[in-house]
Amino acid sequence: MTYRSMIKFFVPLAVVVAMSFVSACKKKTEDVITIGEYGSMTGTEATFGISTHRGIEMAIEAVNAAGGVKGKKLKLISYDNQGKAEESVTAVTKLITKDNVDVIIGEVASSRSKAAAPVAQRYQVPMISPSSTNPEVTAIGDYIFRVCFIDPFQGSVLAVFATENLKAKTAALLIDKKSDYSVGLADFFTKKFTALGGKIIVEQNYVGGDIDFKAQLTAIKAKNPDVIMVPGYYTEVGLMMKQAKDLGLKAVFIGGDGWDSPKLAEIAGPALNGNYMSNHYTTDDKDPRVQEFIKKYQAKFNEVPDGLAALGYDAALVLVDALNRAPDFSKKSIRDALAQTKSFAGVTGVITMDHNRNASKPAVIVQAQDLVFRFVRKIEP
Amino acid sequence: MAEFIQHVINGISLGSVYALIAIGYSMVYGILQLINFAHGEVVMLSSVFGFYVAPYFLAHMDPSIGLFLVVLTVAMVGCGIVGFLIERLAYRPLRKAPRINCLITAIGVSLFIQYFTQLDFVFGAIPQSYPELMSREVYFTIAGAEVSNLQVLVLGLSFVLMVALQWIVYRTKLGKAMRAVSENTEVSALLGIPVDRVISFTFILGSVLAAAAGTLVSTMYPKVDALMGTLLGLKAFVAAVLGGIGSIPGAVLGGLVMGMAEEFTVGYLSSSFRDAIAFAILIVVLLVRPSGLLGKSRIEKV
Repeated sequence: MTYRSMIKFFVPLAVVVAMSFVSACKKKTEDVITIGEYGSMTGTEATFGISTHRGIEMAIEAVNAAGGVKGKKLKLISYDNQGKAEESVTAVTKLITKDNVDVIIGEVASSRSKAAAPVAQRYQVPMISPSSTNPEVTAIGDYIFRVCFIDPFQGSVLAVFATENLKAKTAALLIDKKSDYSVGLADFFTKKFTALGGKIIVEQNYVGGDIDFKAQLTAIKAKNPDVIMVPGYYTEVGLMMKQAKDLGLKAVFIGGDGWDSPKLAEIAGPALNGNYMSNHYTTDDKDPRVQEFIKKYQAKFNEVPDGLAALGYDAALVLVDALNRAPDFSKKSIRDALAQTKSFAGVTGVITMDHNRNASKPAVIVQAQDLVFRFVRKIEP
Repeated sequence: MAEFIQHVINGISLGSVYALIAIGYSMVYGILQLINFAHGEVVMLSSVFGFYVAPYFLAHMDPSIGLFLVVLTVAMVGCGIVGFLIERLAYRPLRKAPRINCLITAIGVSLFIQYFTQLDFVFGAIPQSYPELMSREVYFTIAGAEVSNLQVLVLGLSFVLMVALQWIVYRTKLGKAMRAVSENTEVSALLGIPVDRVISFTFILGSVLAAAAGTLVSTMYPKVDALMGTLLGLKAFVAAVLGGIGSIPGAVLGGLVMGMAEEFTVGYLSSSFRDAIAFAILIVVLLVRPSGLLGKSRIEKV
């Protein structure tokens, strides 16, 4: 090796080594509890990530303004996963190995929570999903929690509502085959609906990101079902409703919390009216806790909070509640405290962790009237 | 029966959109032997232009066919300029370079536009809803199948643009120059045809058609998204290959066949096969008839 090539080799090496020292030193000055968040801030389900982030942010700001947890401030580090499962894995790995977070909040979509949860479990970092409803998410390990109800319950709520309130005898399914949430929810709906004497007469699929659903809807129209169950996410659901109207399809749409986004009304327009979804909370709830949350959120973000914002807020507060009860801030202690969460009064209901680390809570059915979802019925677990 | 007719109508309106995009691919390929992968992105940009200008016009006009045409014109002008710039800045400097360089550049241009559009100060990575340019209503009913005003518009506009294009290519001097350049670039230059200008014009024409397709897509499916051009462009490309790349009537036929194939796959086979069928068609065509349905098979000079 000549002198010159040695310089070429060693100078960058020295820089890299020096830089890693600097970043290693930075880690020591920590009198904060760091919370990692990953979510879909961009992409087809962008409002999911943004709403959740706003809810979390609001909760953390309030806690910090009141002095933090046992004298320690909370610090939030957020990463965007662009709505992709593989990016979620990268984001969570980075949060754990680079940012050394104490606890993780995320994700909304079950497919992405399921992709990232094994990483959190492997490093034994507690992860709280605010709104992934697929049952398999928390089954990944004992460090994975959620503050929402699960799809076996949501599916049966929708089936009960369709049978009892809408008097539906036949249903069509339109499922996003790539989404764990969609496939799971459709499955649980079918089980309960057929148990109640209903019949699924036609099943069609699509893939998230599609824009044309006319073919599926035409095939559904030919079978003339009483209700169309779409356990999908808002962008596609909005387009479907619009195209269903073009085709003169009269059947009512029902679906789950994946519809919940201000964008749904924007995309579907008047075609949204009359359709029903199940959700975690309703803005019509007269509970002062809910009304106060809505008022504060509106003042801060100039928007009515959707269910995902409320769940983000609750997830952060459930975490704070656990931190307050934990004897120390080790990850194990935080996990144990989270597992013992009992009768925590959140915006989306009273949260108690069951032995599967799921929250058991009531669901509400809301109906779109003049582009706003209005309370119809509450169903207890 | 009503179901069958409805599927046919849906297939034709979806196919017309593919056809409009496929023509752009075919025209550029016919002249430069270049697959312009950035073409799908021009379609997307047309929706983005519409998304930004429509609210301005909506403040002065009610949603109507007039408003649609105004927004369409703006999008066409915008995309025409974009098409011109793409050719001028990315492809012209490579005119003498090996063909593979141009192909790679085309992919680069496509990715550049996708990610540039996703920047927050341009459009952003969040899908937005496209403004309602005209109210949607059921126009008439054929044997129980509903035909909406938008479907009539898609079909009508596609037809008008295809006829106009056919007229430009076969009845005008510029069209004659385009065909000459397509036949042999060097000889055309020797005969005094301004080759660069003709190629620029071809790109502008293709981009204007892409603009029409983009505005139609967004009016029918009111979602604008920086990545929407990729799959549309890819399917239209398959349509162009199916019809015989380089042939304009072939692109139209290919688009319609693709639209119908997708529609009937979903309607009568299984909706899971929808995208698979598009690419299965491509493979079969390449195996059985590499020159496409209406393509001329020509011997490559070595």
